[in-house]
Amino acid sequence: MTMTATPSKPWAASAKDRAIDGAIFVGSLLSSYLLVFLTALKGKLAYFVCFFIAYAIFTTVFKGIQRGNAAAKDALVNSLVAIGAIVTVIPAASILLTVLQKGLPGISFSLFTNDMSLATPTDPLSNGGLLHAITGTLTLMVLALIMSVPIGILTALYLTEIKGRFTGPIRFLVQAMSGVPSIVAGLFILSAILYPITKGYSGFMGALALTILMIPTIARTSEEVLNLIPNDLREAGTALGGTQWRTVAMIVLPAARSGLVTAVILGVARIAGETAPILLLTGGGDKVNPNAFTGPMGSLPYYIWKSFNAGSPEAITRAWAGLLVLVGLVLILFTTARFLGSRKVSK
Amino acid sequence: MPTQELVIPAPREIVTEPRRSDKIFRGVVTGGGLSSLAILGLIAIFLGYRGFEVLRQEGIGFITHSDWSISTDDAGNVLDSHFGLAAMLVGTILCSLIAVVIAVPISVFSALFLNFYAPGWLKKILITIIDMMAAFPSILFGIWGFLVLMPSVEYWAKLLHRYLGFIPFFDMQVPVYTRSPFVAGVVLSIMIIPIITSVSREIFSQAPLDRIQAAYALGATRWAMIKAVVIPHGRSGVIGGAMLGLGRAMGETVAVFTVLNIVFQVNWQMLLGAGGNVASLIILKFGDASPYEIKALMAAGLILFLLTLIVNAIANVIVKTTGKSGR
Repeated sequence: MTMTATPSKPWAASAKDRAIDGAIFVGSLLSSYLLVFLTALKGKLAYFVCFFIAYAIFTTVFKGIQRGNAAAKDALVNSLVAIGAIVTVIPAASILLTVLQKGLPGISFSLFTNDMSLATPTDPLSNGGLLHAITGTLTLMVLALIMSVPIGILTALYLTEIKGRFTGPIRFLVQAMSGVPSIVAGLFILSAILYPITKGYSGFMGALALTILMIPTIARTSEEVLNLIPNDLREAGTALGGTQWRTVAMIVLPAARSGLVTAVILGVARIAGETAPILLLTGGGDKVNPNAFTGPMGSLPYYIWKSFNAGSPEAITRAWAGLLVLVGLVLILFTTARFLGSRKVSK
Repeated sequence: MPTQELVIPAPREIVTEPRRSDKIFRGVVTGGGLSSLAILGLIAIFLGYRGFEVLRQEGIGFITHSDWSISTDDAGNVLDSHFGLAAMLVGTILCSLIAVVIAVPISVFSALFLNFYAPGWLKKILITIIDMMAAFPSILFGIWGFLVLMPSVEYWAKLLHRYLGFIPFFDMQVPVYTRSPFVAGVVLSIMIIPIITSVSREIFSQAPLDRIQAAYALGATRWAMIKAVVIPHGRSGVIGGAMLGLGRAMGETVAVFTVLNIVFQVNWQMLLGAGGNVASLIILKFGDASPYEIKALMAAGLILFLLTLIVNAIANVIVKTTGKSGR
């Protein structure tokens, strides 16, 4: 008969430890119910809060008795840290659930085929739709893309390929620019272009403001991507006799392609729901307007804003439906960017 | 047998001068790179130019007074106008400070959880959720905050007032809890938690591994390790991240406008339903503003721009220097 020594795992939780953990869990659950029942606290959140406080106290006290002071502090921080993570995630879950729950009743096929030119937000939901808003938002996105992608990527190229005298200041300025409040971008376009030159609301004005907001996102993400391209590739290009221009255009940019696409998509996701400059600049028409340069142009944020401010139950449902469409759009963009970004730089 | 002349080719001229294509390339890229400078400069110049008249008329009162009124005759000429941002500035700072005070501990704890406690699969999911939250549009936070969050926050505000009312901040004379700076602060804190969390996570993940392992080898618990290694390493990075969040909170427009009741009176009582916010003021007054009032709004935009620029600049400097010196 042979004996095999089983490796002992002194750090693993024993059955006794697990039983104690379970007991603490159940105990804090019970005491949270008791607290809510006995005191003036009420609501779901009260259960949460009481449960966590009870759990933190129980584990801390127990570990303190079992293992001493240091272990007690460790257990306390354990529960605090878990609470932090849960509190961070709760709003996201709540927001997504609310949007789904309140937006779905407002979603119908006619919503995507009609605009609001013959309806007001307070009409029954069968009247009107958000076709104008969807086309408007897409137009704004495309225009902003056309303007911001070249500037953003050129900025990133300057920071990674040329590394000239201004690298430090430009990196600093790009970061400062990403902190520009969206309303200030709107006011700037208003003061610099809309009042002196065009004198009328149009989709193009909105797109200009969105461009300002989009450039820093694209530039920063592209810079990170371009920094990941191994220097060997650049040296190989130069060694084969390529000029810097040809090396960048034929080797560096193609190698970074999927990363750059990610950067651009993140930029679009950043501006898709931008509301403040849209309110100032586009005029928010109720009709499908294919011309971005003249006449007011509707968009999803404007539609949501207008419906929300109209206030009647129908209008609020409209706003939630619009939010659902907007969130769907942002999530599609975000997931695409994630998917492309996770494939890493192609070899 | 023909003798072959040995022809030595003329040595190629070696120049450091780049070709014309490269010169053009460099020129274009540098131009693109300088566009951020141009845009920021133009923003300051144009807002300053439009707002100059108002700024000159109001002088320092533009940021120390708090009444905002304009009266015009029937022809649209300005008879009398008072523009003061004090209440709005106080409100902006109050709301964003509340947001930062709430958000920083939560973000730091969740960043610690992500780096040192969460198993790999959970970490991936949580990071995705947090990044996704950062991409949510602000109007979504605004409407969700107004319709879903505000009732609960009002309830918390009542609790705070009842049990902590002796602290001046939580005190108030008139029990109006709706649309207070506190509500706006809570909404803003939810918006900036993802930002502060990802900055802190980045900084914490750069904590030197050898010291972490040394701490464990000496028998430290996880908390003792964090206290001894991670926090000294990441402290100023977290401060930088908090200031980035502060900058974002100060410039936030739509979300604050939906949940805040704007009153032109300096109010430090955060639970009282009367606050102010520069960005929301612009949205509020823009719709029916006369040309002269628009100029005042431009000046307000300039102040907001400079304020966020300064906060962001300080934040970036702090984050950058810690990234370097920490290792």
